Amino acid sequence: MINIRDKGAEIWENWNRPTRVIFVLSTITIIALLPFAAAWGPTSFLDTPITSFKNVLVYPVGMFVLMALGLNIVVGKSGLLDLGYVAFFAIGAYSQAILSTSFGWSTWEALPVGIGLAMVSGVLLGLPALRLRGDYLAIITLGFGEIVRIVILNSRKVTGGPDGIAGIKNPPAIFGLEFDLFHPEHFFWLVGVMVLLVIWMVRRFTVRRPGRAWEAIRQDEDVASLMGVNTLVYKLWSFVIGAAVGGAGGVLYASKVMVISPDMFKFEVSVLILACVVFGGIGNIWGVVLGASLLAYIPDRIRFISDARQVIFGLVLIIMMNLRPDGLLPRKKREKISEKRKK
Amino acid sequence: MNFSVVTSQFASLVLQGVALGLIYSLIALGYTMVYGVLRLINFANSEVFMVGTFTVLFIQVTVLGHAVTREPMHGWPLILALALSLIAAMGVCALLAMLVEVVAYRRLRAKGANRLASLISAIGVSIFLSESWRIFTDSRPHAGPRLLEKWSFGEFHGANFRIDTMMAIFASLIIYMVLLRFVNGSRLGKAIRAVSMSEENSLLMGINLNRVVTLTFAIGGLTTGAAAFFYITIYENTVFNVGFNLGIAAFTAAILGGIGNLRGAFFGGLALGLTEQFASAIIGSQWKAVTVFIVLVFVLLIKPSGIFGEAVQQTRT
Repeated sequence: MINIRDKGAEIWENWNRPTRVIFVLSTITIIALLPFAAAWGPTSFLDTPITSFKNVLVYPVGMFVLMALGLNIVVGKSGLLDLGYVAFFAIGAYSQAILSTSFGWSTWEALPVGIGLAMVSGVLLGLPALRLRGDYLAIITLGFGEIVRIVILNSRKVTGGPDGIAGIKNPPAIFGLEFDLFHPEHFFWLVGVMVLLVIWMVRRFTVRRPGRAWEAIRQDEDVASLMGVNTLVYKLWSFVIGAAVGGAGGVLYASKVMVISPDMFKFEVSVLILACVVFGGIGNIWGVVLGASLLAYIPDRIRFISDARQVIFGLVLIIMMNLRPDGLLPRKKREKISEKRKK
Repeated sequence: MNFSVVTSQFASLVLQGVALGLIYSLIALGYTMVYGVLRLINFANSEVFMVGTFTVLFIQVTVLGHAVTREPMHGWPLILALALSLIAAMGVCALLAMLVEVVAYRRLRAKGANRLASLISAIGVSIFLSESWRIFTDSRPHAGPRLLEKWSFGEFHGANFRIDTMMAIFASLIIYMVLLRFVNGSRLGKAIRAVSMSEENSLLMGINLNRVVTLTFAIGGLTTGAAAFFYITIYENTVFNVGFNLGIAAFTAAILGGIGNLRGAFFGGLALGLTEQFASAIIGSQWKAVTVFIVLVFVLLIKPSGIFGEAVQQTRT
């Protein structure tokens, strides 16, 4: 099996600095121009029926890339299976919704609060849950996701219950860019900037102490703790950082769609985000980005076969996982070898 | 909060809790069998259950021609009809579970792939099954026919010992006993236990690994199919996503008892059924799931590998 990731890394290694800068800048430009791809002849095949392509790029594609990157810190970096990631997304979205409709806060003011609340709930969940291992952690996080949704559903006074919250304000303009219904591409750029920030953050973490600690924990928790890694603290950190990204995603999402309801934060979304991570290649940022973009985009592209699209989605998951169990772009060989040796 | 119901309806709550709990136990056995051998959450099990419930309807409505509105049956025809639908559900579920293993797990197992890859592959199967069923049944809930007249053996402090509840309770107990005997007493059961201890060593001992794994999935399918039959006899309706909530509940039950452990699945299911019944009576049914998960967190805090769980070292990913 060809490891595209290693091939890519090899080509990258052989480039000198200017080439790399040009490559990165042109990639960013191409991605930034994506919202206009549907209107331009040669790339019009990308256009999505029913929902406009520009909106699809913001949600689900952009949002899913953002959240998959957040979940990748938890699942990919430190190897903790989180089946309730949507809870943090919901917490972010609802803090934005409540602050915006009841207190008139703008998105930029609500963003730190949403992130903070998601982090606090990450700590609250993580402290008891991270003492557990493997599938026990998975079920607790799954339960947490359901608890958050049920609490939202039943706290009618604060969250509007099943009706949700309407009338959430769009973010105020920055640099003259209006964020409203008519400019979904501005939202796309905003999400893109967030994604870049998260990628930058994750890459910083990976080469520094937390990244090494996560790597050690993922490979063998007992050995890591014997070598003096405070496993609980680092697991908690990865959890909380993942939660922060989810919370930020939620805040943006709520201010984009303007109406939110508990239906949007079901268990299926957690599963879908996890699928994005695994499908693309656990632990590898570019794999996760690619996987999330594809898995978020495909269902909207094939919406014309409305009924069968989820069936096809299921089939794609089965076939792809069987063909490439490590995902589209697997993580580095070095990391994989040590994983195999463990078995 | 309404604590008075606990005293006024205690017996009734216990009875319903036990009946529901045993259905959970049967599905949980499906999860736990697979987990014990492969250390994998078989996410497709909930859809196996769903297909099981529809098999029961298919047999009763289409094959036996018993319309939903018709009078209940009596005597031998009744027993035969019930037995036929039970056996059909168990058979179809076992076959489907084995198919799921071949489609979703076998190749990945042969490649020694990451556990998460198998998880996603199983989720793919689960989405595929429930979505095709959604199209197939037009998203409509389907009512089950009433083959069995729901007469009662009598009442005890408000608990109504209805025939369907009692049948579910006794049959689940029997299935559990048989399964326990099979796993602990028979040659194949020994093979299953050996594989669950160490795949490599059991291979060296000449155990056919693929056969044992298929067998495990088949047994999981059998118990899940039985659960589907009792679910239909008691609740008399099903829908394409019926497996979702029951699957999560059963999986929680398996974890609560200590996953990979038959006794754990059984008592975990009972404990979960009782907790759910009492929680919905006391706090209201909308908080049922929250209570269940809070109980689960507390149990796991005290005993991190479930009530009857194995040592922590073995449960590692």
